[in-house]
Amino acid sequence: MAAQLRELRARIKSTKSVGKITKAMELIATSRISKAQARVEAARPYSEEITNVLQALATASTNLDNPLLVERDHPKRAAVLVVTSDKGLCGGYNSNVLRTAEELVSLLQEQGKEPVLYVIGVKGLNYFRFRDRKVTDSWTGFSDQPHYHNAAEAGEALVDSFLAGADDDEHGAGPDGIPGVDEIHVVYTEFRSMLTQTPVAKRVAPLEIEYAGEGDSESSAPSLLPSYDFEPSAETLLGALLPKYIYTRIFAALLESAASELAARRTAMKAASDNANELVDTLTREANQARQAQITQEISEIVGGANALATAGSEE
Amino acid sequence: MAEMSVELVAVERRLWSGTGSFVVAQTTEGEIGIMPGHEPMLGQLVDGGVVTVTTSDGDHMSAAVQGGFLSVTRDTVSVLAESAELAGEIDVEAARRALEDEDEDERARASARLRVAGQTD
Repeated sequence: MAAQLRELRARIKSTKSVGKITKAMELIATSRISKAQARVEAARPYSEEITNVLQALATASTNLDNPLLVERDHPKRAAVLVVTSDKGLCGGYNSNVLRTAEELVSLLQEQGKEPVLYVIGVKGLNYFRFRDRKVTDSWTGFSDQPHYHNAAEAGEALVDSFLAGADDDEHGAGPDGIPGVDEIHVVYTEFRSMLTQTPVAKRVAPLEIEYAGEGDSESSAPSLLPSYDFEPSAETLLGALLPKYIYTRIFAALLESAASELAARRTAMKAASDNANELVDTLTREANQARQAQITQEISEIVGGANALATAGSEE
Repeated sequence: MAEMSVELVAVERRLWSGTGSFVVAQTTEGEIGIMPGHEPMLGQLVDGGVVTVTTSDGDHMSAAVQGGFLSVTRDTVSVLAESAELAGEIDVEAARRALEDEDEDERARASARLRVAGQTD
């Protein structure tokens, strides 16, 4: 009996300290979410501006045959950039994004394309390593506070590989001897709200060109279609801008993922703290019961012993 | 005096926005000065360049810009940069140290930052 009571008390103690840790993590995540959201907001002006500039450039330049814009005839290899977190304890965040990545991978395989994996975040890296899958390149250590240079680094590797894939033929690597890729996909988690984060897969290259529709009154206004002067030429500019645009897209994906990771962590840690509190309540109740039972038993033992002595004394 | 709206946008945040009467920047083709009513243009800025804006109140504001683009439309000038620092935010000591860096790009950036901070020798 005493052993059981001691055991229960030890469990209560450890549950309480786990609860303290999860509560602290919940508070940290909560305070960081707003910061992460602010960063998503802060990055918006640049991506809007660069989109405007690209639009102007695409409207004005005559030939849009930049490799990043041209759909390849027989895409054979497709790069998949999976954005996961570095640390766990964030509920289904990583498994959701990895599931979406796996769906994309099998879809690409069905289409006869060979998926080439690029991974951001320790969790994703471990996932693919454990399954003995080849990860072409990976970047870790910044999942909850990504900076632009992180995105640019990953983007550079992807764009280089994409450009190297331009001359690939039926039998693998083309004249340059580097087997590149023909498509770039990014799988990340979109931040919808504090409670909803959805994993999404998007293709970032080749870029799809959207022509401004006729009905779009704003774009058909003559004042907004000025004839631009280019320094240097429009084609050179396009070549310089498109990779930056892709880095921006990747950066936006990283920021969204960071916000989602924190939100997922907050939700998971809140649930964990609640469960810990509940468990402490139940265990305390059990411990009290055990203590009472012990006391009752002791009393009855004493009374029984005293009675036995009394009976033995009266018989003499 | 004629005015145009000027925006200085870095990837991670909007650095500055307001109205100005004159913008100086260096594109890959050479230095360019833009006044209100300039013809629309797009330009690639040199790495380690300095953008100076004369604001409507006559103040000068400059920033060190890396990997940037300049877009001029009818009444707005936007400078897009991978990274940019306003004169007041530059860590002069760090930039001085970076001047000794092995990497040539790094040195060019550092000297741009020092020029913006007004610390040129």
